[in-house]
Amino acid sequence: MAEIKNYTLNFGPQHPSAHGVLRLVLELDGEVVERAESHIGLLHRGTEKLFEYKTYFQNIPYFDRFDYVSMMANEHAYALAVEKLLGIEAPERAQYIRVMFAELTRILNHCLWLGAHALDIGAMTVFLYCFREREDIFDYYEAVSGARMHAAYFRPGGVAKDLPEGLLERIKGFTERFPGYVDEYETLLTENRIWKQRTVDVGVVDKEAALAWGFTGPMIRSSGIAWDLRKTQPYDVYDKMDFDIPVGATGDSYDRYLVRVEEMRQSNRIISQCIEWLEQNPGPVTIDDYKLTSPPRDAMKADMESLIHHFKFFAEGYPVKEGEVYAAVEHPKGEFGVYIVSDGSNKPYRMKVRAPGFAHLGALDYMCRGHMIADVVTILGTQDIVFGEVDR
Amino acid sequence: MSEEITKEEIQEEAQQEVNIPADVLALKEKFGDQVLNVNSGIDCFEVTVARKGIVDICHFLKDECDFEQMIDLCGVDMSEYPSYKDGEARFRVVYQLLSVSKNKRIRLKLEVDERELVESVVEVWPTVNWFEREAFDMYGIIFNHHPDLRRILTDYGFEGHPLRKDFPLTGRVEVFFDETQWRCVYRPNKVENRVLIPKAWPGVDRG
Repeated sequence: MAEIKNYTLNFGPQHPSAHGVLRLVLELDGEVVERAESHIGLLHRGTEKLFEYKTYFQNIPYFDRFDYVSMMANEHAYALAVEKLLGIEAPERAQYIRVMFAELTRILNHCLWLGAHALDIGAMTVFLYCFREREDIFDYYEAVSGARMHAAYFRPGGVAKDLPEGLLERIKGFTERFPGYVDEYETLLTENRIWKQRTVDVGVVDKEAALAWGFTGPMIRSSGIAWDLRKTQPYDVYDKMDFDIPVGATGDSYDRYLVRVEEMRQSNRIISQCIEWLEQNPGPVTIDDYKLTSPPRDAMKADMESLIHHFKFFAEGYPVKEGEVYAAVEHPKGEFGVYIVSDGSNKPYRMKVRAPGFAHLGALDYMCRGHMIADVVTILGTQDIVFGEVDR
Repeated sequence: MSEEITKEEIQEEAQQEVNIPADVLALKEKFGDQVLNVNSGIDCFEVTVARKGIVDICHFLKDECDFEQMIDLCGVDMSEYPSYKDGEARFRVVYQLLSVSKNKRIRLKLEVDERELVESVVEVWPTVNWFEREAFDMYGIIFNHHPDLRRILTDYGFEGHPLRKDFPLTGRVEVFFDETQWRCVYRPNKVENRVLIPKAWPGVDRG
């Protein structure tokens, strides 16, 4: 008898279902995964180092580039953290706009996740359907910020600009259409025999493991823990919103699919509530303090005081008082947190970004052990990994 | 009149005592000399603990105070902080804990110098593994008894710890493709760091 040895396989970093640049070293016993070692950092750009050399205002666009499929959700965490440090609060209208766009972003993210995840497992059509809706949301991004992806729209103290005329009507039309679209995705997948064979009982995580491995967001909810920062530690106007938290029963990949699909429907509900309020309540969208926000352009052209503020704001930035703060949001992927240490100057002394994907990917080895090699792709897809945030 | 004020003051003091969460009081009682400082931060309570006691404290917080989740662990290089003095510990390790069942947060901090070791808390929360590797990679903080303390984010064969304050923003080496050798090679980086907006404190002349 020949001696049978474990086989080591290299997966990625250039692999279509590695979701970017993950390199996995898989130790296989036949087709069964014995150990999955991730090599990450191939997209490491040193953003946390760059933060320390940029003013608080200059740091905003870097947040779009963390999780580059849910841009505004990242900015949201940063805006909240800086606001906490400064002790300010955005005007109510700005908070509603932020919540509306945070939820649009959640749909944006889940659409990409669903499309790419299904494509990994072999379902082509869902991908095409999902990208159709993403185009609509990109149009709304463009309408408010001028950029289709990297918006830099949420600012400490509010949002960059008020909504352009007619946008609410368009988003309203979208919220009316969208539940039908989700039905379409579900028709393709939910009762699909192949889909179930590929996802049911794959990558099961129980409650204890989900807590110990630092799971957050849809990952912890599908394991049966009803934990959602929008409910438990509400920020902005989430406490005024009426929505439900979907919770899974078994904690397998199929549950995570169901939870995320239901989240899309709930996000749609929140968006409609925001639209209703925003239609009736005009008002300011940034705080009225030109030391912390840039003055409007016509004011800058007209009076000296505003010109000085404008110059100081862009040429020096604003000082943030000494202290440290951690602020987190319910990002589409989990808890996205920003920890800022300020030394009282116009630049952060240290800024750490807590990316949900980093903790989730850390548990990949735990989730993959004992599964077949084809399931690695399912598990990776179900974690909703984006390397912009994992590698930072 | 003066009596009323004192009464109010006493009430205020009592109020402050009440505001300290039970976990922190329990922590103080159990690990008296290990708890160096407690302060109510902007967002949650911050507890500075002694380096030696970190594993026991983490076990206590997880088992007795229901902090089931370790949300984040990161290093901070204090060497350029305005109030930093020579001889103080250079680094800080910051742990962000979350209790899902009780809906509360706490921040643990400890100080560690360049050649000192921090005990790893992987045995308490397995998720810490990667976070400690990251702190090691970025700052060179060494976690004792960590099962697999390797670099995580930087390149294979990287030298130095990039988030240290004395590491240049532009890095030390750059990679380029050498036509003659037909492979990627490293060479010393000649890019100089440009400062467009200097660091400024309010009321301090930039000079």
